[in-house]
Amino acid sequence: MITVKNLTKRYARTVAVDEISFDVAQGQIVGFLGPNGAGKTTTMRMLTCFLPPSSGTATVAGFDVLEQPLEVKKRIGYLPETPPIYPEMETTEYLEFVGKLKGLSGSDLQKRVAYVCERCAVADVKSKLLGKLSKGYRQRVGLAQAIIHNPDVLILDEPTAGLDPKQINETRDLIKSLAGDHTIILSTHILPEVEQTCEQVIIINKGRLVATDSVRNLQARARGAESVLVEIAGRTGDIEASIVQHKLEQVSGVSRVLVKQQIDGRGIFEVESQKGKLVRGDLARAIVESGWNLNELRPAAMSLEEIFLQLTQSEATAKAEDTDEQEIAAVKEPQA
Amino acid sequence: MRNIWVICRKELSSYFVSPVAYVLLALYAVIFGLFFWLFLQRFIVVGMEMQMRGQSYPMNINEDLIRPLLSNMGVVGLFFIPMITMRLFAEEKKTGTIELLATSPVSDLEIIVGKWLAALLLFCSLMFMTMLDMAFIFKYGRPDWKPLLIGYLGLLLQAGAMLAIGTFISTLTKNQIIAGISTFCVLLALWIIEWPSEFESAMWAKVLSYLSIVNHVESFSRGVLDSKDAIFYLSVIFLGLFFTARSMESLRWRS
Repeated sequence: MITVKNLTKRYARTVAVDEISFDVAQGQIVGFLGPNGAGKTTTMRMLTCFLPPSSGTATVAGFDVLEQPLEVKKRIGYLPETPPIYPEMETTEYLEFVGKLKGLSGSDLQKRVAYVCERCAVADVKSKLLGKLSKGYRQRVGLAQAIIHNPDVLILDEPTAGLDPKQINETRDLIKSLAGDHTIILSTHILPEVEQTCEQVIIINKGRLVATDSVRNLQARARGAESVLVEIAGRTGDIEASIVQHKLEQVSGVSRVLVKQQIDGRGIFEVESQKGKLVRGDLARAIVESGWNLNELRPAAMSLEEIFLQLTQSEATAKAEDTDEQEIAAVKEPQA
Repeated sequence: MRNIWVICRKELSSYFVSPVAYVLLALYAVIFGLFFWLFLQRFIVVGMEMQMRGQSYPMNINEDLIRPLLSNMGVVGLFFIPMITMRLFAEEKKTGTIELLATSPVSDLEIIVGKWLAALLLFCSLMFMTMLDMAFIFKYGRPDWKPLLIGYLGLLLQAGAMLAIGTFISTLTKNQIIAGISTFCVLLALWIIEWPSEFESAMWAKVLSYLSIVNHVESFSRGVLDSKDAIFYLSVIFLGLFFTARSMESLRWRS
């Protein structure tokens, strides 16, 4: 649905987006992830034809953003960071205006306005002035505005920014429910949001693409090895952490055991195993056979947060290594 | 075409839901009323003096009342136009709604013409306020309506040209006040540009006098439809809107 190839946006002094390429399939929700100032908004603005790219191409539904912007705009619903509302308009008046801008008219328009009001839960503020609405309602009106013409692609720039936790949940649910009919790109710097709503993640940092994959794959990839958290308690009295550690290390497939925490007779251990080996059954058996209580055993999935940090940092270290190698090469050269 | 109308309707309604339109309407009516009263008084006094001296200088209501009235209103437009145009783009840029317009399937030109047309229609409604004063002339006198109509057409054309300049300036900034003041200064400059050429007949003086945006309304207020002046205003309108379009385009490349 969306194809981006070597998309670049240069400003006078800085490169905001640097040679980004990715694809988004139809019906997917894609999270666009990055720290503040990573180039998320710039990329989205290029996709919505608000900004022209400096180089590279982006096509939406087969139409190029530079060659056929009108066709692209017809197929895109866009919610910028701050909802683009006119404070002096009423909700329905505003939605009708946007609908007309997007080419709707007559009974079609009325139907869509009623529909999006219902869908985005703004029906109860239909005849209020937009300037008097709370932030949560404004955001929802913004979302209603984006889907009014039933676009193929929805582009949402930080749709949950500035909302309270309840509103955040509601907005997320709303976005999820829209996924079937629309292809959605949403940007955020809040990681749990991506874990909860998106199937696919595109991580960018300082304008460059760091990773693009499904949430699950990313987690697996970053982990490298499986790891399991086990909580063990002695049946009678305390347990000796070093004994437990030793015992667990003997289970086949286990590569490393770390003592995470030890509190009043209980101990939490992190057990790492080689990739692809399921050690949980053997672990449980070994613990019970040694006469301890197994309180808890769960896979320690890496949160996206850790992955994100790992990815953005590993890029930095990789760069540092690069320069190191270059320096070494430079030192070696005279000898040759 | 439809999109132009959609934008225009939205602009007009935002003029009329805020106090802006009503304040402008009231002030314009008051100022026009004042001018009307002053010129009418002068007209009557001069007429009476003529009679007392026994001279029968033919007094013409079109020539001696309507003409100075309309050509003065041309100057008054100078003060009102910036207040009409200053918010057109500056406000949208400030609140971010420009992103909505720019990502909707409408062309820049449609947005620009829609906004300019709304401003022009607001100005039409200002001129409509003057109908009341004119009704008095028709009630108590017998002016020729054709020159009057042409005079109004001239005012409208002049306003269109000044509005186009104001629209352009409004795209340059996010700040309405700056847009308004700059527009006023530019229009003022375009008015007084002819002053140094008053007693000159050199080529440069003619050029300066031709560039004066207020000068060209003179023939209209006399009731003469001079194509030279009409073309001047139409080309300023075209140029202003053209610059607006370029400015919007560069906005995308810069921001």
